[in-house]
Amino acid sequence: MNLLTSWLFDPANWSGSTGVPARLVEHLWYTALALVIAVVIGFPLGAMVGHTKRGGFVLVGAANVLRALPTVGVLTLVVLLAGIGLIPPIAALTLLAIPPIMAGAYAGIGAVEPVVVDAARGVGMTEREILFQVEIPNAMPLIFGGVRSAALQVVATATIAAYVGLGGFGRYVFDGLALHDYPQMAGGAILVAVLAVLVELVLTGVQRLVVSPGLRPVRTSGGIQR
Amino acid sequence: MIEFQAVTKRFDDGTVAVDELNLTVDPGRITVFVGPSGCGKTTSLRMINRMIDATSGAILVDGKDVRQSDPPLLRRGIGYVIQQAGLFPHRTVLDNVATVPVLAGWSRAKARKRAAELLETVGLPATMAGRYPAQLSGGQQQRVGVARALAVDPPVLLMDEPFSAVDPVVREDLQNELLRLQGELDKTIVFVTHDIDEAIKLGDKVAVFRTGGILAQYDKPSELLARPADDFVSNFVGRDRGYRALGFLTASGLTVGEIASVQLGDTAGDARRKLSDGWIVVVDERRHPCGWLSADRLSGVDENATVDADLVMSGGSLYDTEHGSLRSALDSALSSPSAHGVAVNGGGELVGSITADEVLRALAAARTSGEVPQ
Amino acid sequence: MTWVFDHLGLLGDLTVTHVYLSVLPVVIGLIIAIPLGWAASRWRPARAILLTVSGLLYTIPSLALIVILPALISTKTLDPVNVIITLTVYTIALLVRSIADALSSVPPTIVAAATAIGYRPLKRFVGVEFPLAIPVVVAGLRVAMVSNISLVSVGALIGIAGYGQLFTNGFQLQFVTEIVTGIVATLVLALIADLVLQLIGRLVTPWTRVGR
Ligand SMILES: Nc1ncnc2c1ncn2[C@@H]1O[C@H](COP(=O)(O)OP(=O)(O)OP(=O)(O)O)[C@@H](O)[C@H]1O
Ligand SMILES: [Mg+2]
Repeated sequence: MNLLTSWLFDPANWSGSTGVPARLVEHLWYTALALVIAVVIGFPLGAMVGHTKRGGFVLVGAANVLRALPTVGVLTLVVLLAGIGLIPPIAALTLLAIPPIMAGAYAGIGAVEPVVVDAARGVGMTEREILFQVEIPNAMPLIFGGVRSAALQVVATATIAAYVGLGGFGRYVFDGLALHDYPQMAGGAILVAVLAVLVELVLTGVQRLVVSPGLRPVRTSGGIQR
Repeated sequence: MIEFQAVTKRFDDGTVAVDELNLTVDPGRITVFVGPSGCGKTTSLRMINRMIDATSGAILVDGKDVRQSDPPLLRRGIGYVIQQAGLFPHRTVLDNVATVPVLAGWSRAKARKRAAELLETVGLPATMAGRYPAQLSGGQQQRVGVARALAVDPPVLLMDEPFSAVDPVVREDLQNELLRLQGELDKTIVFVTHDIDEAIKLGDKVAVFRTGGILAQYDKPSELLARPADDFVSNFVGRDRGYRALGFLTASGLTVGEIASVQLGDTAGDARRKLSDGWIVVVDERRHPCGWLSADRLSGVDENATVDADLVMSGGSLYDTEHGSLRSALDSALSSPSAHGVAVNGGGELVGSITADEVLRALAAARTSGEVPQ
Repeated sequence: MTWVFDHLGLLGDLTVTHVYLSVLPVVIGLIIAIPLGWAASRWRPARAILLTVSGLLYTIPSLALIVILPALISTKTLDPVNVIITLTVYTIALLVRSIADALSSVPPTIVAAATAIGYRPLKRFVGVEFPLAIPVVVAGLRVAMVSNISLVSVGALIGIAGYGQLFTNGFQLQFVTEIVTGIVATLVLALIADLVLQLIGRLVTPWTRVGR
């Protein structure tokens, strides 16, 4: 156990520009940046295809190819093409985050009951109003599920930024590896794991807030069946 | 109010859903589109609020071609109710009803106030306002659907099989409720159903469609029953149309006979002494009928035992002498265990008895006077 | 292109390693997940525990687990066993939920009918309930397979063999061709693995394709 904790609980590693708080900020910064870009690109695409019901086949195919794309391959390729900097890891992480976000939006909006959309149109909503006031709120569980799964993958994978010279918790893993300093490696790994669990918990909480109570499963008086 | 002028709808795959439809919907009345599945009822209805655009011909609402209006604006002025209600699952009942006023630019507070009034209008308790649609029964959801359609008080209401997904008892409730509402609101209602009984019950006028979107007959329900235009209509209207036509004949000429009665709480001996043809009606203290007693039923019962609800046998339907039709009079006689129908006044108090013979006599009289076609 | 033909031997070796590291965990994971998923579908406490634990395990980043594992089970730091165990854990975490859900959604009438014609519980599971859950299981396997294939490449960053070495090596030598070869090879492998799984899924569930 000492192997895992000796580095982690050494106060010297918790301050300064290479300390845990500073690395945490870097790690979260890469994560947030990649997620925001992925939402900006992936969400409208998924939402449009889900709303118009056109191009679903192309979208699912594209998502599958992106999913199979090796993130480290993208990372190293972009470094060779664009040079060291923020761009390569953010590009790689964004490509990682787009498929779940896009697929969540597409599946969620595509799965809104047709009668509900029909009724929305029938009471005189414009296509825009239908999308924003009916489809997106009703698709929230799946939309948010996509964002959540993207966020988890990006937090977990943001370690790779350190491989191409940036910061984040990955720094400890790769520095430890280079220095044959296993406790540092393990410390970095544990930090990433704890961060992932925390992100998951926070997002679970946020999901409660953004999903209408009307969309939660109905509690029947007899309790859960089976 | 609503006018179809040679309207045809051909879908992209070549299906002709509506063919050269000419029809004028009377303002302030309920017009029912009825016909077999796939005959183009829904398509015709949805062309009115441009959920579907006609291929050729014109539809005028209030004299104005619907194609000149922006579809969302047109639809906000036309109430629309569909089969599974189509409520928004993520909004409370109150906010569902407030949807159209908010779209129309009302403040949220004003829209909600209006919505609360409407929930009362359609017979939903105020406690349901905060519920979500998933927490309502099918019948309650339909009521919310109607309230939502009425929210900005549109002159026109389109209803596509609104009651077909609920059980028969609830359906009957909702139908009666719609008739009551219409009595107050005088909307121009176009109502789609595939149920001819519902069409005849609700419609001031009924349009019968045949497959291919062709209008087979457009008439008052009584006319439809009495003079179907062709075999298709008479088949569609059904075998017992003669019987159902009785529903449109007032029973004013009917003579109500004497009836023996006993009150709850009287003794079995009283009842036995007053039996007529072996039967007697039991009434409560307000003289509302509760059922029958027969000689068989009373045999072996102690002379001084009181007549209570347990002893009484349930009766048939009641015939209301003030509002009832010949059909309800005949039904009361046919459904009664004693072969005597129980007649009540508008207040529900027992007034006498009706026999099937008497109904047939009245029918014969109506025929001779020309009220019923021969 | 010439580089590719000059290094077919290397590519072959890497392919074997990559396939072995990503496929073996799926096979082991499936074998372990079936009884766990069955338990989770039968007993409510088992369900609560198994689903919570697998949710948590699924949340822990694979790279982190590969790094931590040696300290937990005293393996060597770069031992491929760490990769296999980690990916097996992921596969189980992913499959337990879908198998449990799939088994719970087999219509009770079918289970009752099978019991009524004399199936014992184990035979009923093998003969009736599991086959009906196969489409869901296959969907879970496809997800596990594709993510394993890409996770193995991540392992290259800490010295695990597989296509990922084409990336680290290409990166150090600043050699684009090698990296692109690695990306293409990974995509092709993912595609083939996915097609194979789909095919197996279709072969073992002929009843899902007859007209309804
Ligand atoms: N979008 C569409 N594309 C092609 N054909 C359609 C479309 N919508 C309806 N149709 C066809 O048009 C015809 C009329 O359909 P419509 O929905 O108006 O029938 P309906 O009278 O309402 O039937 P039901 O009682 O079953 O609701 C049917 O043959 C139907 O298959
Ligand atoms: Mg219809």
